[in-house]
Amino acid sequence: MFFYFIKRLFLVIPIAISVTVVCFSLVYLAPGDPLSAILPSDASQELIDRLKQEYGLDKPIPVQYAIWLGKAVQGDLGTSIATGRPVTSELGRAISNTLILALFGSLIGFSLGVIFGTVAGYRQGTWLDKCVTAVAVAGVSVPHYWLGMVLVILFSVTWNVLPAMGAGPGGDWVWDLEHLQHVVLPAITISVIPTAIVTRTVRALVADILGREFVTALRAKGLTDFGVFWHVVKNAAPTSLAVMGVQLGYLMGGSILVETVFSWPGSGFLLNTAIFQRDIPLLQGTILVLALFFVTLNLVVDLVQTGIDPRIRRA
Amino acid sequence: MKQSNWVQRTGLALLCMALSLPLAVNAQTTLRIGMTAADIPATTSQPDSGFEGNRFTGLTLFDALTMWDLSSAEKASTIIPGLAESWVVDAKDKTKWVFKLRKGVKFHDGSDFNADAVIFNFEKVLAKDKPHYDARLVAQTLPRMPTLKGASKIDDYTVSIETSEPDAFLPINLSNLFMASPTAWAKTKSWTEFAKAPVGSGPWKFVRLVPRERLELEKNAAYWNKARVPKTDRLTLLPMPEANTRVAALLSGQVDWIEAPPADAIPQLRTKGFQITNNPYPHTWPWQLNVLPGSPLADKRVRQALQLAVDRDGLRRVLGFNAIPAKGVVFEGHPWFGQPKLNVKYDKAAAQKLLAEAGYGPGKPLKIKVQISASGSGQMQPIAMNEYIQQQLKEVGVDVEFDVIVWETLFNNWRLGAKDPAARGAHAINVSFAWQDPFFGFARFYDSRMVAPRSVNWGWVQNPELDKLVANARGSFDAKARDAAIAKLHERVVDESYFLFWVHDTGPRAMSPKVKGFVQAKNWFQDFSTISMQ
Repeated sequence: MFFYFIKRLFLVIPIAISVTVVCFSLVYLAPGDPLSAILPSDASQELIDRLKQEYGLDKPIPVQYAIWLGKAVQGDLGTSIATGRPVTSELGRAISNTLILALFGSLIGFSLGVIFGTVAGYRQGTWLDKCVTAVAVAGVSVPHYWLGMVLVILFSVTWNVLPAMGAGPGGDWVWDLEHLQHVVLPAITISVIPTAIVTRTVRALVADILGREFVTALRAKGLTDFGVFWHVVKNAAPTSLAVMGVQLGYLMGGSILVETVFSWPGSGFLLNTAIFQRDIPLLQGTILVLALFFVTLNLVVDLVQTGIDPRIRRA
Repeated sequence: MKQSNWVQRTGLALLCMALSLPLAVNAQTTLRIGMTAADIPATTSQPDSGFEGNRFTGLTLFDALTMWDLSSAEKASTIIPGLAESWVVDAKDKTKWVFKLRKGVKFHDGSDFNADAVIFNFEKVLAKDKPHYDARLVAQTLPRMPTLKGASKIDDYTVSIETSEPDAFLPINLSNLFMASPTAWAKTKSWTEFAKAPVGSGPWKFVRLVPRERLELEKNAAYWNKARVPKTDRLTLLPMPEANTRVAALLSGQVDWIEAPPADAIPQLRTKGFQITNNPYPHTWPWQLNVLPGSPLADKRVRQALQLAVDRDGLRRVLGFNAIPAKGVVFEGHPWFGQPKLNVKYDKAAAQKLLAEAGYGPGKPLKIKVQISASGSGQMQPIAMNEYIQQQLKEVGVDVEFDVIVWETLFNNWRLGAKDPAARGAHAINVSFAWQDPFFGFARFYDSRMVAPRSVNWGWVQNPELDKLVANARGSFDAKARDAAIAKLHERVVDESYFLFWVHDTGPRAMSPKVKGFVQAKNWFQDFSTISMQ
C-alpha cells in the first residue's frame, strides 16, 4: 500500500505541472486586455501600454509564467490587479465559503442519492423505482440556476421564510440560525445534480449486484437480508465512492451559476468576478487551486478505493 | 375603581414608553442597496467599476475639489465648489489654475484638509518618484483628466494646478480626483492597507468591508456641508451582479433599493408597491461610424439618411420604455444641446431621398457591417436593439451585417480604431458611452488628434472645423461661454452625424416604499445624503 501511495503521488507531479501550464496559458487565449480589471473603458491605448510595462505584462508570456510559477511554489499567487489584495487571502475566504456550501450540498446530495439509489435498486421495476428514476432524470436535466431562481421565488419572495442571497451578515461563518438560513436554498440547489447522479449510480450498482450469482448463493446459504445488504454495500462502495469523489470535486469547485444566483461569496462567485474583470492573477490562482484540489481529491478517492478493494491496486 | 383603572393604565403606558425610549433613541436607520457590481468598488480613494464605483465608494467616502450639483431631478447637473471654494485660470498662461481651498474641513480621522493634502493626492497619480504613487490609482484617474500635469502649494489653502495645454474642462474633470487623508495613508504606506479602512472627508464614514459581500458606512455627522449630512444612520452596499437576484432580494426585504432592475420585472415591482425611479442621464447608446476614405459612410448624406431611417420609439419598446430617443450626444434641454440644423427623428421618405442622392436605391442597396457585442457593461440589450435597427434600415434599402464579438474584444477594437485589422472592415461600432464631461462626450471622438491609439476617435473623424470647435470649447474658461462653445460643437456633431444616436439610458432604480427623499439627478452620480427611511 505504501509503495502504491508513493507511485500515485509521483504521478500527481506531472499532472500538477500540466495544470499550471494550462491555467496560465488559458487566460491569455481569452479575449480582452489583462488591464481591463483596473482601467476604465475610456482609457487610451497609450495609457494601457504604459501600465502594462509597470505591471510587467509587457514581458514574454514564458517569462511571465516562470516568474509566476516560481512564486506559486512558495505559496505566493500574486496580487489581484483589481483589488490589490493578495490572491491567497481572496481565495482563502472564498474557498472556505464554498467548502461550507459543498459540505451541506454533499450531505444532502449523497444521503438522498444513496437512499434513493438503494431503494430503487432493491425495488427494481416497481413504481417506486420508476419514481426515483424519474426524479434522478429530472435532477440531472434541470438547469440548477433555474431551480435556484424558482426556490428563491417560492421561499424568499412568496413565503419570505428564507433569505434570497448572501452568506449571512458578512464576515466569517458562524454556526448560528441566521447563517444556516442563508445556506439552505443554495445547498439544495447545488445538491440536485449530485443527488441525481449518485442515485443513478447506486441504483445501477445495487440492481447489478443483486442479480449476481454470489448473492443467490449467499441467500441459499441462509444469510439474513441485512447480511446480504452488507455484501451489496461492500461491492457497491468503490464505484459509488469514485462517483461521489468526482461530485465532491465539482461541489468544491463551486458552481459559478449557483453562487452568482445567490450572491454566495465562494470560489465560483470569485471566478465569475475574476473572469468578467479579466483579473489575471486572481483567475490563474483560483483555477490553479481548484484544479490542484481536484487532483488531490482524485488521489484520495483512489487511495480509499484501493483500501476498500485491493484488486484495484493490483490492476 | 374607575379612577384606579385609569391610573393603572396610564402608569402601564408610561412604563412601556419609558422602556421603549432607549430603543427608540438607539433605533438606527439603514439604507441597504443592491449594486450591479460583482465586488465592492475599490476603496483606495480612486474607485474602479467605472462611474458605478465613483457613485458608491467615491462620492460617499471622499470629496473632490469640485463636485456635481445633484440636488435637482429636472435641471442638468452642473459643477459646483467642493473642497475648493473657488478657482480661476491664469489670465496670461491658461495652463495654470489657482484653486482656493475650503477651510475648516477635516478628514474622518480628524486630520486637517489643506494644500498639503491636495498635493499628496495629485502626487498619488502623477509623481512616479513618490512612495504614494500607485499605478492602479493612475489607471482609475488619468483617463478622466488627460491634460493634468501637476500641482504645487501656494499657501496652506491655495494650490496651483497645471495642465499640459489650455483646458477649460479641468474643473469638471477634477470631480473624479478624490481626496484621501495623507495621515491615514502614512500609517501603513500602502494603498492596499488604506483600502481596508479608507479615510476621506465625505458625508459617509467607513465602518466595515467584507470583500465581495458588503461595505458598511455610517453617517458623518460632522460633514462640512450641513445640508448634505446624511439623514440615514447607515448605508450598506451589497454586490449583486445577477439582475434577478437583486429583484428577489428587494421583494424579500433583504435590501431597500436595487440598481438597474430588469425591464420585465418593473411592472411586478410597481404592482407590489415598490417605487421605480428613472431619469435620463449622460449615457448614450450609438453607432460610431467609420468615415475613412472608401467607407460609404464617409458621405454625409448617407450618414444623415441612416440617422433618419429608424423609429426610436420602437427601441424604447424593446427596452420596456427605460430609455428616451436620442437626438444627439446630449438630450434636448441640456445646455450643450444647441440648435442643430438636422432634426434627428424618424423620416423614412427623407432617408430614402438622401440615399437616392448618394446613389443608393433598390438596384444598388447600401451594405454595411457593424461590430457589436452580445452583452457588456452599459450596452443595454445590444442584440435585440441592433436587430430592431437592422430591420428598420432594411426598409430603406440598407443591408446591415453584424460582426458579433465578445464585449472585451469589442472594447479593445474600439481603442484600436477602424483602420486596424481588428475592425475587419466594419463600417460602424456599437459601444455605449458616458458624456458626463466634455472630454468624454466630444473631444475624444471628434478631435483629429484623438484617433487611435491615442483615444477613441475610432472612425477617424478628421474635420478641421470640429478641431477648431473642440479647441474653442477647451479654451472657453467662463462656464457659460464654455457651455455655449460646447453647444456650437454639438450642433455640428449632430449635423455631420459621425455617430448615429439611438437612445439615452434612463437608469431605472427600484426601491422600497420606506425610502423617502431620493432625488434622481440627471447624472451618473446620486446623492444618498437626502434619503431617509420611514
